[in-house]
Amino acid sequence: MAGGNFEKYKSDGSLAGNLLEWVDARFPATSMWKGHLSEYYAPKNFNFWYFFGSLALLVLVIQIVTGIFLVMHYKPDAALNANGVPVAFASVEYIMRDVAGGWIIRYMHSTGASAFFIVVYLHMFRGLIYGSYRKPRELTWLFGVGIFLVLMGEAFFGYLLPWGQMSYWGAQVIVNLFGAIPVIGNDLSLIIRGDFVVGDATLNRFFSFHVIAFPLILLGLVAAHILALHETGSNNPDGIDIKEKKDEHGIPLDGIPFHPYYTVKDIVGVVVFLMAFSAVLFFAPEGGGYFLETPNFYPADPLKTPPHIAPVWYFTPFYSILRAMVWNFFGLDAKFWGVVAMGASVVIFAFLPWLDRAPVRSIRYRGPITKVMITVFVICFFILGYLGTQSPSYWGEKISQVCTVFYFAFFLAMPWWSRMDKFKPVPDRVTMK
Amino acid sequence: MSNQGKVDCGRRRLVVATAAVGGVGALGALVPFVSSLLPSERAKAAGAPVEADISKLEAGQMMTVEWRGKPVWIINRTKEMLDTLPKLNDAVADPKSEKNQQPEYARNDTRSIKPEIMVVVGICTHLGCSPSQKFKHGSEEGMAGDWLGGFLCPCHGSTFDFAGRVFKAKPAPTNLEVPPHVYLSDTRILIGDDKKGA
Repeated sequence: MAGGNFEKYKSDGSLAGNLLEWVDARFPATSMWKGHLSEYYAPKNFNFWYFFGSLALLVLVIQIVTGIFLVMHYKPDAALNANGVPVAFASVEYIMRDVAGGWIIRYMHSTGASAFFIVVYLHMFRGLIYGSYRKPRELTWLFGVGIFLVLMGEAFFGYLLPWGQMSYWGAQVIVNLFGAIPVIGNDLSLIIRGDFVVGDATLNRFFSFHVIAFPLILLGLVAAHILALHETGSNNPDGIDIKEKKDEHGIPLDGIPFHPYYTVKDIVGVVVFLMAFSAVLFFAPEGGGYFLETPNFYPADPLKTPPHIAPVWYFTPFYSILRAMVWNFFGLDAKFWGVVAMGASVVIFAFLPWLDRAPVRSIRYRGPITKVMITVFVICFFILGYLGTQSPSYWGEKISQVCTVFYFAFFLAMPWWSRMDKFKPVPDRVTMK
Repeated sequence: MSNQGKVDCGRRRLVVATAAVGGVGALGALVPFVSSLLPSERAKAAGAPVEADISKLEAGQMMTVEWRGKPVWIINRTKEMLDTLPKLNDAVADPKSEKNQQPEYARNDTRSIKPEIMVVVGICTHLGCSPSQKFKHGSEEGMAGDWLGGFLCPCHGSTFDFAGRVFKAKPAPTNLEVPPHVYLSDTRILIGDDKKGA
């Protein structure tokens, strides 16, 4: 397991062997390789849901590589060029039309953003149903929530860069959200924008956050997420601890080395994922208006909001929760409570390890209450997501309020409903369903 | 050196004091970074007033000028538009403009200097979208049947009447802002400053 002591490599006398021995005496190459791959024992019963961690890593690499190439041509400049078009917007058009291969690199990056959220949401759902956040993996989960938060920031900053109508007005709305915080709010949004309105200063700092600050934080958190996981070992669909049954060498009986078993399995996932990813790239690069919204093909116009503005799909569930808050409480505006509810709806995931009081981890050995709660939660999440893409309406507001109440009830009442359920006995060894 | 089991309290205090002084220094080093995030001197200087010529603005029409990067609407309200205002006094959140969203000279029934000419910042007080015109009555605009005309914010559905007053139970907390402005002549308005010749 990770953190264990592995013997340093002893050369067999060959040139490559001598080199590895030389390196190993100076750097923990063999020990890292063994600890994290060839002698990292993962449960042998991983199913479909276990593809999404490695896929998230793949999308991260896609985003970094395509991002590096986009920055070579993109210009974060809100000034108007000779044709009266903002330079930033024109530079994206330039990438799409005049840079050889530019269109596909840009579409990879924009599709990658949506793909990132798809795999991350599925990865989180896996954690939810199999209790992967439960003791002793709380820190793995917390680093994961951190990754999710940073990813949202990263996506938000990135969306401003094309400097289209949706970029501009989306940023305007989100930055103004901070203005709802009492006392410090207005100064805070001023500090974020760097100007009294969203403008060149905002564009440049968002560019800086998007290409430097947040990717660095993201990489750090991803490393921490994996290190913490490898310290405790992976959970599995049965939610039982494979370290309790070991053979005479101290290797879990139900564990198999991550490499080659899961590296090969994950490559199958990668191939299928890349097929779907390429299909979007080639046949629907705008994702039907969900991955790249139509108003964003118009340059930013500070004087005119598009008639229908909605965030990109991956933010819409939280955006609906924001819109659902229309009541003033305790002398504070509904606007403030909307922001609080939206923030809380994301951060509340961090408390899952302590809210869930069920005696077993996996949904396989939990009863109808858990199954119904999780099902309704997912349905609510989808409804909120759908309503967030729609214009405000009377019934939309009422339905989103009901879903918001359930969304929070799911978490806040979990200490009770998770205990009330009927549980099945868990097996001694993992099962291969 | 032997320090087994013994802590030299004098040295420990020095270590703590050194760390504290270093921490203060590190905090001080934050100052230039945080201040660099604030609007620059150039951004602060860019808020100059703008002049608008309303000689071609027909009754019932609206024009937009840019002031400090924001849209400022100038609406030439017809008598019918003005007649809707008193009818809505019970439906709007702040009918008498008590909240400080306008200069003193616009704290009146029409929220304007001249009753027919409305000058207002076209930025929703909720989250900063620019509301759209819904000047016609009721369902002609896809609004409720009793809609008398005004503005609808496309982002979160706040509605405003022809004086930029927000309707009750909408996300926007206050009326639209009336910027400082002054008539340089009958047809010329200076927006952003209310002292002539300033």
